[in-house]
Amino acid sequence: MAEDNIMLKLTGVGKKFDDVAVLKDVNFTLEKGQIMGLVGENGAGKSTLMRIIFGMNVIAETGGYDGEVFFDGNKAAFTSPQDALKAGIGMVHQEFSLIPGFTTTENILLNMEKTKPNVISKVFGKTLETLDMPKMRERAAHAFQTLGVNLSTDELVSEMPVGHKQFIEIAREIDREHVKMLVLDEPTAVLTESEAEILLAAMRKIAEMGISIIFISHRLAEITSVCDKIVVLRDGVVVVENSTAGVSVHQIADWMVGRESSADAVAAKRHEEKGPSGSDFVFEVKNLWVDMPGETVRDVSFKVRRGEIFGIGGLAGHGKLGVPNGIMGLSPAGGIVSFDGKEVSLNSPISALNGGLAFVSEDRRGVGLLLDEPIDWNICFNAMQVQGKFLKKVLGVVPIRDEKAMSACARQYIEELSIKCTGEKQLVKQLSGGNQQKICLAKAFALSPSFLIVAEPTRGIDVGAKQLVLEALRRYNRENGTTILMISSELEELRQTCDRIAIICEGKIAGVRAPETNAVDFGLLMSGEIRDDVEETA
Amino acid sequence: MSNVNALVKNVGLPRIIIAMFLLLMFCAGPFFGIPTDTSVDDVLVRFGMNGVLVLSMIPMIQSGCGLNFGVPVGVVAGALGAVLSLELNLTGPLGILVAIIFGLFFGAVFGFGYGLILNRVKGDEMIIATYVGFSMTYFMCMMWISLPFQNPSSLTGYGGEGLRVTISVQDYWGGQLSELLKIPISSHLVIPTGMLLFFALMCFLMWGFFKTKVGTAITAVGSNPEFARASGISVDKMRLISVVVSTMVAAVGIIVYEQSFGFIQLYDAPRAFAFPSVAAILLGGASINKANITNVIVGTILFQGMLTLTPAVINSAIQIDASEMVRIIVSNGMIVYALTRKAR
Repeated sequence: MAEDNIMLKLTGVGKKFDDVAVLKDVNFTLEKGQIMGLVGENGAGKSTLMRIIFGMNVIAETGGYDGEVFFDGNKAAFTSPQDALKAGIGMVHQEFSLIPGFTTTENILLNMEKTKPNVISKVFGKTLETLDMPKMRERAAHAFQTLGVNLSTDELVSEMPVGHKQFIEIAREIDREHVKMLVLDEPTAVLTESEAEILLAAMRKIAEMGISIIFISHRLAEITSVCDKIVVLRDGVVVVENSTAGVSVHQIADWMVGRESSADAVAAKRHEEKGPSGSDFVFEVKNLWVDMPGETVRDVSFKVRRGEIFGIGGLAGHGKLGVPNGIMGLSPAGGIVSFDGKEVSLNSPISALNGGLAFVSEDRRGVGLLLDEPIDWNICFNAMQVQGKFLKKVLGVVPIRDEKAMSACARQYIEELSIKCTGEKQLVKQLSGGNQQKICLAKAFALSPSFLIVAEPTRGIDVGAKQLVLEALRRYNRENGTTILMISSELEELRQTCDRIAIICEGKIAGVRAPETNAVDFGLLMSGEIRDDVEETA
Repeated sequence: MSNVNALVKNVGLPRIIIAMFLLLMFCAGPFFGIPTDTSVDDVLVRFGMNGVLVLSMIPMIQSGCGLNFGVPVGVVAGALGAVLSLELNLTGPLGILVAIIFGLFFGAVFGFGYGLILNRVKGDEMIIATYVGFSMTYFMCMMWISLPFQNPSSLTGYGGEGLRVTISVQDYWGGQLSELLKIPISSHLVIPTGMLLFFALMCFLMWGFFKTKVGTAITAVGSNPEFARASGISVDKMRLISVVVSTMVAAVGIIVYEQSFGFIQLYDAPRAFAFPSVAAILLGGASINKANITNVIVGTILFQGMLTLTPAVINSAIQIDASEMVRIIVSNGMIVYALTRKAR
């Protein structure tokens, strides 16, 4: 491999956020005109890696990164995305950054317009030159031709289907002069199958022009069909850097999830200590749709057995978080949800709570806690408002807070869950993430729920606290027989904790598996390579 | 040194500065011919007059509606109650009681409409509240002229139609609270016990209100609306309740003010109560989304103390009327200070 044929080279790149290492010693090279597939689970470090390459401000603000990045033979130390653009890196994000009221041509050539001089510009300078529309249309048409798509150069972006907008984004990047490398972050997620095929063909064409591409996708089949090489990230480490020749989708899924041995053991052990759950279905969801931004649920149906811990996993953005938020009435939803034979009305948090459901939100600081209030308030508030606990009557009529009962209850949970604090009157915002999460659990426990929904219980907390939180859930389930629905992006955690796991892909349940199932199977379900057609039976 | 730092942090720099300034004024007073007992009397009276108005800030701050720049809505409700009581020719305790009852009623009605408006402009409550206050003041200007009031002592001297700009309540229920149980200490110092006790009662009721289930829910809504929603609480309803309560308390507040002052002030006057009340509670240490009774008491004493003492002392000292200047700098400065420190 000749040195001058290398477009991008990373040596020993590492990144820490607040002492938590998200990338460790990442090395790989990308040749000119090569397409590299970058895959990994959520939180494996893909986005952080792209941010480093693209010189995003957030990296410098959090203390920079270790190691070195070489781009086109030079050491790259981009301090802003503008630098990266200038050097010839183009990036297409998952979210569009197009101006809806502009035509395709105007969008593609935004800030790179072709102009011709006029009288005024001769006096006042180049910024007042007239746009040369015919020339601009020519450029846009050329870009479309390169991509192999047939789009009008005069259509308004606001009137285009989503798939076409994605092409506009890409056309804009390749139209840039001296573009040398493109980063495509999940570009096919919004495309239909035939559109995706056109895009993949276009990527090949672009690569033939000598432009390198980093392609991030969760659709593993696309990776194997279009990429020259593949880099798999797991827990911030490159576990595989390989040519895609002869690699199967199955193999990639295996690399992505890995570490099956330990999780398998835990899953088996867990079953022994717990014994079988009841056989009747206590909670049923039918054709649920939820309109939660970024986590749309299209059509989800599942049943939960009495006393079990039912897990829902899947990649970010596929709707697993929409499920609990829809059930609890926090996002607009439709469909049928029933608990213990009674229907739970959607779009109304109070009826869900009255039905005996409790929810630990994934958005701990945004929804889960009153950060400016003391611990006892946070723990007792729901139980007070929903069930009238912790109230005493003054003059026989006016219900006021029973501060003593609240303190006692808070102290009990502080002890049970070993929450580290100075006392039950400490403000919650002063606690660490793990302890805040325990408060959220205590808040739900204080409702003595018959059905507990927990979303991302271990997000953003350190490893030690993670185990404590999961153990608290398992214990609560064991001791009180409470049925638990747990949603998590971490497969390993689901496998350690749950009795059955459903995987959501693109807003639908891809399949339900026992936790002992091969990790590869879960990986394939997540990326939509397998989809159980039959209605869940289990 | 660390003790001093902790003290400064606990009490707050603005309060320390103003308190020192106030103390200085007290000490300087006698040298410029202002006896200390007069100073104390002034401060006590102004404190009692304005206390309830400042107290009316609490519910809206706690529910996340921000500082109640729409105090004039409550003030006109109270004024309406007051002129209606005069209209019925009621005097003495009954007169003020009826004024308060009418004031509470109109406060509830106006507050309801005001609350509905604020629920539609979440995030911009304070600026909208300011304009609602203005609009309400001028809408009532038309009402003061056109409503068919009959009591000659309320009507304009010329023409006999429409209410006066200032109406004396001296013959009706002036001083009903201030004079109650008053304790004369010296010729210049009379403690307005009744008024202070009434303020204490209002504080107690407010404190009790925030101990109830609804009060707790209101606090949660102000602290984190998403949390409250997830707990099955209707955020809009709690905000509405808080605005109604704030407006009703402000209506009572202005009647307390009027009985001590001796006059009902109509037309433009209600506008003048918003900034001083807001500035007082901020000076007392409240933030845009957290306030308590202590903030009200400390803030009212400091702010009103400064307003009454500064002009007296400075005017006698340098023979220039600097009072208005000081008032404007402090009240507006305090508001700007609080707004720039908006936490979230």
